[in-house]
Amino acid sequence: MTSGDAERRLTGETLAWLYTTMSLIREFEERLKRLVEQGVPVGAVHYYTGQEAVAAGVCGALAPDDWIASTHRGHGHCIAKGVDVAAMMAELFGKATGTNRGKGGSMHVTDVTKGVLGVNPIVGAGVAHAVGAALSAKVRKTRQVAVAFFGDGAANIGTLHESLNMASIWQLPVIFVCENNGYAQATPAEYALSIKNVADRAAGYSMPGVIADGQDAIAVWEASQAAVERARSGGGPTLIECKTYRYYGHHQGDDPLRYRTIEEERLARERDCLLRFRERMRLTGPLTTVELDDIDRRTRGLIDEAVQFAKDSPLPSPDDLRTHVFVQDKAR
Amino acid sequence: MTTAERELGFGPAINEALRQEMRRDPTVIVMGEDVAGAAGRAHLGLVDAWGGPLRATRGLIQEFGPERVIDTPISEMAFVGAALGAAMTGLRPVVEIMFVDLIGVCYDQIINQAAKMHYMMGGQLEVPLLIRTTYGLRGDKRSYGGGAAAHHSQTLYAVLAHIPGLKVVVPSTAYNAKGLTIAAIRDNGPVVILEHRFLGLQAKGHVPEEPYTTPLGQAHVARPGSAVTLCGIGRTTHLCLEAADRLADEDIDAEVIDVLTLNPLDEATIVESVRRTHRLVIVDEDTPVASVARDIAARAADVAFEYLDAPVKTVTSVDAPVPFSAVLEAHYAPRVEQIVETVQAMVS
Repeated sequence: MTSGDAERRLTGETLAWLYTTMSLIREFEERLKRLVEQGVPVGAVHYYTGQEAVAAGVCGALAPDDWIASTHRGHGHCIAKGVDVAAMMAELFGKATGTNRGKGGSMHVTDVTKGVLGVNPIVGAGVAHAVGAALSAKVRKTRQVAVAFFGDGAANIGTLHESLNMASIWQLPVIFVCENNGYAQATPAEYALSIKNVADRAAGYSMPGVIADGQDAIAVWEASQAAVERARSGGGPTLIECKTYRYYGHHQGDDPLRYRTIEEERLARERDCLLRFRERMRLTGPLTTVELDDIDRRTRGLIDEAVQFAKDSPLPSPDDLRTHVFVQDKAR
Repeated sequence: MTTAERELGFGPAINEALRQEMRRDPTVIVMGEDVAGAAGRAHLGLVDAWGGPLRATRGLIQEFGPERVIDTPISEMAFVGAALGAAMTGLRPVVEIMFVDLIGVCYDQIINQAAKMHYMMGGQLEVPLLIRTTYGLRGDKRSYGGGAAAHHSQTLYAVLAHIPGLKVVVPSTAYNAKGLTIAAIRDNGPVVILEHRFLGLQAKGHVPEEPYTTPLGQAHVARPGSAVTLCGIGRTTHLCLEAADRLADEDIDAEVIDVLTLNPLDEATIVESVRRTHRLVIVDEDTPVASVARDIAARAADVAFEYLDAPVKTVTSVDAPVPFSAVLEAHYAPRVEQIVETVQAMVS
């Protein structure tokens, strides 16, 4: 299909959702960064800033009961799948009201009721969980699909390759989404990958491999939409590689200029997903600049409330230390 | 033959547990390498070619089909992870790792993912995952040459029992294997069951046909006694019972506790026994350093020191990889005479 065909199916409502989601992720991460710089102890965090179009584009193509498995850089995926930003912020603050009751923090922040099977800082581990969720959907005949997010770093771990093979031989309703942001921590992708495009590896597992512009939410949405339809109709897995860029270091304490140039960063920011979306709307509509400004204002308000909620929330009790070690017995 | 008389071997008892639970609950699935075998060859009339190392999954595919009895590629990282993902999304998977020696390739999915998921998520979801695997060496009952050496004979349960959140279970008989397997399938958290490969006739015995559970986290007093407590794990429970018979000839009345669950450990049953017998020997096929045997010894010393008439002793495998040659292997693992001699030295 041409992008024109896809665009015709893009409703104003979907476009507004894509922009709202990107704006909310950006605001969450930018505010978090300011809090970190002020010395608020939020543990180890990996900012998603720059990659918002991927989370929004992929999750915008999913149903509420579809599953995603996320990565260490997972705030954006959670927000795009509908996890409450106040409970997320409270979790990062280590509060009892957090999504994980203060037991997970940034690298585990999750709400399974929104279909998030976990944010996972063991690179590649969550990919297998998405395959399992897809297997579960197939066995239970629920027509759910599962998405495995992973980075260019995880493209080289065995779990991913085993998972691609299994998903292919079992024709599972799973979509593998590689967010190639160019760096595995401080290791450039072009050094660590034996191939230019991760998407090309799909051929070895007999599934379609698609490259999407990860700075273009509509392009990602379009590619995801096709993959979701394919998965849901029994057509099996797809690998989508989104070419994207993270604006900051690997984590909050990392200076990326030790392994990349200011010029590279400047060029990447010229392709900013929010600015490009605004430019596109200016040219084609239907959303007006006033409407987009209004969305930004509302997301700022939501994050204001989230930060206030996190600050005001109680800390967990030390009595909670050993709750949830084992799943409590109950009659089946 | 009536139900009361019926006897089953170790593998068939596990097979019956799996079959009955799969009939009871359509969300129970079985997956692993060659849990059936001959995958995709049904059109040639070839199905169910293997059935796992203990044949514990043989015949299941004929009743439940390839959708619920799933042969996997040799991809432990992905299929253990997928079983976990399925457990988080509405299924109750029983995943088989052919030999415990293979946990090295999927350790992340077991210790970082399955064990900790419930806790890390603040209790948001249950993880009804059972991992079955086999362990152990042929030991001193062998009638022919060498065993399987360092990559197919290990015990390794200490490296699982160490992990918070993981229940680790080691059955010793057909009877408790069936009950523990059913209990583990019904448990809503991750459980690893380690099944010894060479129990043979020792494990065979009466197994009721109806489904029943043997509670996880409870040790079993396999033989009551008053002079010394012998703790066995899996196959070493049988060594302890044999040693107790020999000690009885010397008027030493040994109690034998079958530990059954290594985590959470039934400390109460062991400590209660030690308070009566005043002596404790733990017999463990695992290597000694940072082992379950020494954990039990430390706990007993900690909470029952004033009841002990002798230092706690352990009889374990040698602190070395499992050797191949029969003569080396025979000297590697705990032997009945070692247990007897250890007790004799304690009571003299």
